[in-house]
Amino acid sequence: MFQSLGRYILLLQLSFRKPEKFSVYWREVMVEMVSVGIGSLGIISIISLFIGAATTIQVAFQLSSPLVPRSIAGSISRDSNILEFSPTISSLVLAGRVGSSFASQIGTMRVTEQIDALEIMGVNAPGYLISPKIIAGITMVPMLVIISIMLGITGGYIACFVTGAISPADYIMGVNDGFDGLTIRVALVKATVFGFLIASICSYQGFYTSGGALEVGQSATKGVVFSCVWILFADLMITSLML
Amino acid sequence: MIDIKDIYKTFGDNDVLKGISATFQTGKNNLIIGGSGSGKTTLLKCIVGLHDPTKGEVFFEQDNFTQMDFTQRVPIRTQIGMLFQNSALFDSMTVEENIMFPLNLFTDQTKAEKLDRANFCLERVNLKDKNKLYPSELSGGMKKRVGIARAISMQPKYLFVDEPNSGLDPKTSILIDELIAELTVEYNMTTVIVTHDMNSVMGIGDHIIFLHQGKKNWEGSNKEIAHTDNQELNDFVFASKFMQAAKEKL
Repeated sequence: MFQSLGRYILLLQLSFRKPEKFSVYWREVMVEMVSVGIGSLGIISIISLFIGAATTIQVAFQLSSPLVPRSIAGSISRDSNILEFSPTISSLVLAGRVGSSFASQIGTMRVTEQIDALEIMGVNAPGYLISPKIIAGITMVPMLVIISIMLGITGGYIACFVTGAISPADYIMGVNDGFDGLTIRVALVKATVFGFLIASICSYQGFYTSGGALEVGQSATKGVVFSCVWILFADLMITSLML
Repeated sequence: MIDIKDIYKTFGDNDVLKGISATFQTGKNNLIIGGSGSGKTTLLKCIVGLHDPTKGEVFFEQDNFTQMDFTQRVPIRTQIGMLFQNSALFDSMTVEENIMFPLNLFTDQTKAEKLDRANFCLERVNLKDKNKLYPSELSGGMKKRVGIARAISMQPKYLFVDEPNSGLDPKTSILIDELIAELTVEYNMTTVIVTHDMNSVMGIGDHIIFLHQGKKNWEGSNKEIAHTDNQELNDFVFASKFMQAAKEKL
């Protein structure tokens, strides 16, 4: 385990060496940003709308006491979306969608000698392959999380209309009531850290693949599993430190 | 010229290379031959720095490549071209982008100049008008030729070739061998080829090193190989009935 941690840190060090040519690396960063951001927008939108709607209905169901104002369901749904569902659930989904793609892409390049070809040319392979993915991860995941938060709250509003669990007016009142900007800051910190973990762990697994197609698949699986575990651990740490 | 001195390479308990020394001359096709598992590819990887030798040194001209760090190696690496066994073309790039890739990173040429160079290299390997194809759209022989075009795009001083004929039909193999031999003379390169193809050995082997069980067992030219009394080499070279018949005619 310590050997793996050491190799992971050394790989990160190599990834952030000075690029051979900034313009070539910048192009790679843009390609990865489009892949992570635009490529994941569909799935993130779908899960955010449904989770937002389901959360609102469940909270409304559990707070059916006449002593509790109906609008409180909107507040709880909002904070749940901002603090937990949007950053964490979205990142777990992104670990599956983006992380497996990173690990298998780099792993395939390793087993087909494309990484050796880069090194022979004098290219810093970790820098060229991994740093654009990490930059894309730490910039695009927070943006996706912001979109996810907005869609989650919208999903709750739609659920109010469709199911009548609470009135849309109560829901809006609850969403506006007692909003604390700290929750958004916590969500963005979580998203940035999760983006880094997904990109770096999955790239690490791909980079040290050896063998053939079977091992590429195993690396992708390991990358997703390890990043999910680390996302949940980091979620707990950030939550306990910031709230 | 490349000098390798007393190269050892060990993986765990497995001693793959056991003290190999040799000199690879400029303008010649230097072949490393040997059976499967004899250490050919490991030696090649030690020379180009993909593996660090357990012991020993590699000199490119007077420069001790083994003792250099990554940054110090870059100027030498930009003078190295390599053709890999599976060509190792970048899947996400077109043929043209593959050839222009080292130019993009290590030269200040304009886009038009880089395009001209890519077209020149493609024409040189007889692949004109294939610029916009992706590696997945090419045959094995075409991939090898694109690999050669990429390897010569920076006008290298050193060319390394790993199993150039693997997976190719005999006619295409000869074309690839001839192309490598022509380019070696044209660019006055030090070319090192790892192969176990006897057509290559007899056709372009200016200087041949035979590895057996991780050691250099024989060294000479293709003219000398037919008349050697080295038992291991004879067992390797003349293993097939075709080669035995060819030897009898010599």
